[in-house]
Amino acid sequence: MDLNTLWFILIIVLFSGFFVLEGFDYGVGTLLPFVAKNDTERRVVLNTIGPHWDANEVWLLTAGGAIFAAFPNWYATLFSGFYLALFLILLALIVRGVAIDFRSKKEDPSWRKTWDILFCVGSLLPALLFGVAVSNLMTGVPIDANMEYAGTFFTLLTPFTLLGGVTFLLVLTFHGMLFLGLKNGVASIEERIKALSPKLGIVMLVVTVLWVVYAAFTTNLITNGIIPIITVALAAVLLIAAVILQVKGSTGKAFISSSLAIVMVTITAFASMFPNVMISTTSADYSLTIYNASSSPYTLKIMTIVALTAVPVVLVYLAWSYWIFRKRVTEKDLHY
Amino acid sequence: MDTLTLSRLQFGVTTVYHFFFVPLTIGLSFLVAILETMYVKTGDERYKQMTKFWGKLFLINFSMGVVTGIVQEFQFGMNWSGYSRFVGDIFGAPLAIEALVAFFIESTFLGVWIFGWDKLSKKLHCVSIWLAAAATSISAFWILLANSFMQNPVGYTLNNGRAEMTDFGALLTNGHLWWQFPHVLTSGLTTAGFFIVGISAFNIVRGNNKGFFEKSFRFGAVAALIGAVLVIFAGHEQTRSLSEEQPMKIAAAEALWETEAPASFSFIANIDQENRTNKGALSVPGGLSFLLYYNFEGEVKGINDLQAQMEAEHGPGDYIPPVAVIFYTFRIMVAAGGLMLILGIAAVIITRKKAALSAYKKLMLIFSWSLFLPYIANASGWIMAEMGRYPWVVYGLQTMEDGVSTVTNPVYLTISLVGFILVYTVLAIVTVILMKRYAIRNPETDKEIVAEGKGASLWT
Repeated sequence: MDLNTLWFILIIVLFSGFFVLEGFDYGVGTLLPFVAKNDTERRVVLNTIGPHWDANEVWLLTAGGAIFAAFPNWYATLFSGFYLALFLILLALIVRGVAIDFRSKKEDPSWRKTWDILFCVGSLLPALLFGVAVSNLMTGVPIDANMEYAGTFFTLLTPFTLLGGVTFLLVLTFHGMLFLGLKNGVASIEERIKALSPKLGIVMLVVTVLWVVYAAFTTNLITNGIIPIITVALAAVLLIAAVILQVKGSTGKAFISSSLAIVMVTITAFASMFPNVMISTTSADYSLTIYNASSSPYTLKIMTIVALTAVPVVLVYLAWSYWIFRKRVTEKDLHY
Repeated sequence: MDTLTLSRLQFGVTTVYHFFFVPLTIGLSFLVAILETMYVKTGDERYKQMTKFWGKLFLINFSMGVVTGIVQEFQFGMNWSGYSRFVGDIFGAPLAIEALVAFFIESTFLGVWIFGWDKLSKKLHCVSIWLAAAATSISAFWILLANSFMQNPVGYTLNNGRAEMTDFGALLTNGHLWWQFPHVLTSGLTTAGFFIVGISAFNIVRGNNKGFFEKSFRFGAVAALIGAVLVIFAGHEQTRSLSEEQPMKIAAAEALWETEAPASFSFIANIDQENRTNKGALSVPGGLSFLLYYNFEGEVKGINDLQAQMEAEHGPGDYIPPVAVIFYTFRIMVAAGGLMLILGIAAVIITRKKAALSAYKKLMLIFSWSLFLPYIANASGWIMAEMGRYPWVVYGLQTMEDGVSTVTNPVYLTISLVGFILVYTVLAIVTVILMKRYAIRNPETDKEIVAEGKGASLWT
């Protein structure tokens, strides 16, 4: 395996980490107004992700940095091409980051309500937009001979990509609900999660299946080797298992299942493009690949050494931080 | 406005804004770590109060630094795709490394620190803030390594129409980095020192929690003075090395149009960029030669000669930065630095006297306002550093025209520019309101102090 392929895999790893970890943050944020009905409950919900959300967001920064370092042309084409979409994601991330930290800094109910609404919207919007973005990567976008994006913001919004956005939103919301189910210790929140589980689960499964079937016709999902076919099948099985396990009351197993399903979806999306990193719908010759978009062998070597040294260390202390906060958050843990 | 102007404006606004929060994060994380260490060592509850009080203000500031920092990483690709293609082989690496070796530590251990007061042992809790503080400095190192490449490219070769890395070690040992990094770290310490001095003085004037704020003032005063001395030293040395790395930036900073030996130093100048001359200046003969070379003979190249030299090397064009901007931002930064040195000395002197600090009412009012000085210096310093590189994005290698994204619709750019300005303005107001609220909280009860309303309202 060459370093270009290794870096493609590392970027899948980083996005998997991002979608699994920051994914449940988005889900928890999206569910905030639905599962928490008073100020104490809302603080409990937010405190389940409180110690972790910032580190979870770093996965995105690392993935972005890794694309920049390993595949500069991919970074340049993607970020300049998806300009307005990324601007919206940035606004959402700014607002939600500030909202979770500022909302408890004043007692005023309208102050808190404002930030809670902003936190919900700031969580929902990126989940949706990342789904749209990933779907666009899978179908391809117009790219010219100079590797430049040749569409507009509205080129990115097709029925398939919008369905992808809704799919991501639903999957991450369900995933966030499972995390919340594991981490909160408040009976009233528990009850609402229980009531919501089968409904949300079924809607999520139906929409996801629709999206996958649609993808089979509009992307390289079933024409690009065996890997995406296997992973998409696994994703489906794992998602169904997650819903069944949750309805049966095994939230822990359901959460593991949904985490693995999200990893499989991430692998599926990227593997269906491989070895392209941005498919050109203008001409196959204009597509960006892991070779024509990449950094020099020297830079890839340096980055490989750094990444293979640092990532295991990061994983160890991240795991430690989850261990420290393994207990459920209750009304008594509101000192923040 | 065209694409280039819009993109420059947006990058300038978002970067200066981001950097309002960064130095305080760097400096205050370190000072809070020291306070908690004192608490762990002595068991004195007052140090715990100090840790918590200054820690809360630190966290408000930190949140803003984080959210505005994400914008920075995205913008290179969004607005400067030509640049990203050209230097991605070199520039992407430090950004990725920064996230891997600094942001993960910073965010994880701050999360642990905020929520872990009763979940960790005292010592481990204290270690968390030290790790987070160290990570903020590590993060500064990597991003400045990237910026230093733009200022003074090293360890690369031009290949396949782009700059490719040939020597990672050369990036690490870039001479520009090794003055810029200490300059930024010490400016962080200075910012945090005056932040504590300013807020403590403000509370002392109001008569709030005398014991707590006098103790904080003493602590902040030492940090402010050490910071001011070091930042002036680092800044001075950085300027000296810049005279070799980027002579045009130095010539513009001094509004020196013609080569002089010895070169004079101007306090003020009436700059006429169009005719490439000064219509008058208040100067000290030989002053600039002395500042740069410690003698009264050394030659300093003037803007006109450097322009000719650049044209010979890179073809015809305008290689002269906006001289008045560079000249005056440099002077504002230096003047603020000088003032901070004087105030730092004064602050340390009065803490050595027997009288209570509240006895120095007028001085305390001045100290309250001194909180803003580092911010003025930080912002003007960066404006000088970045605009002084004109017209280059990467010095000598790529101009702004070649670096900017050309595919982006100017309408989108206008939307994003206006959007950022609106959101950032609202957040600035909210942040100041919150900071003020938490700056006048009673540190002993952690409740709000009911204002006594005896004049002295600096903030409202």
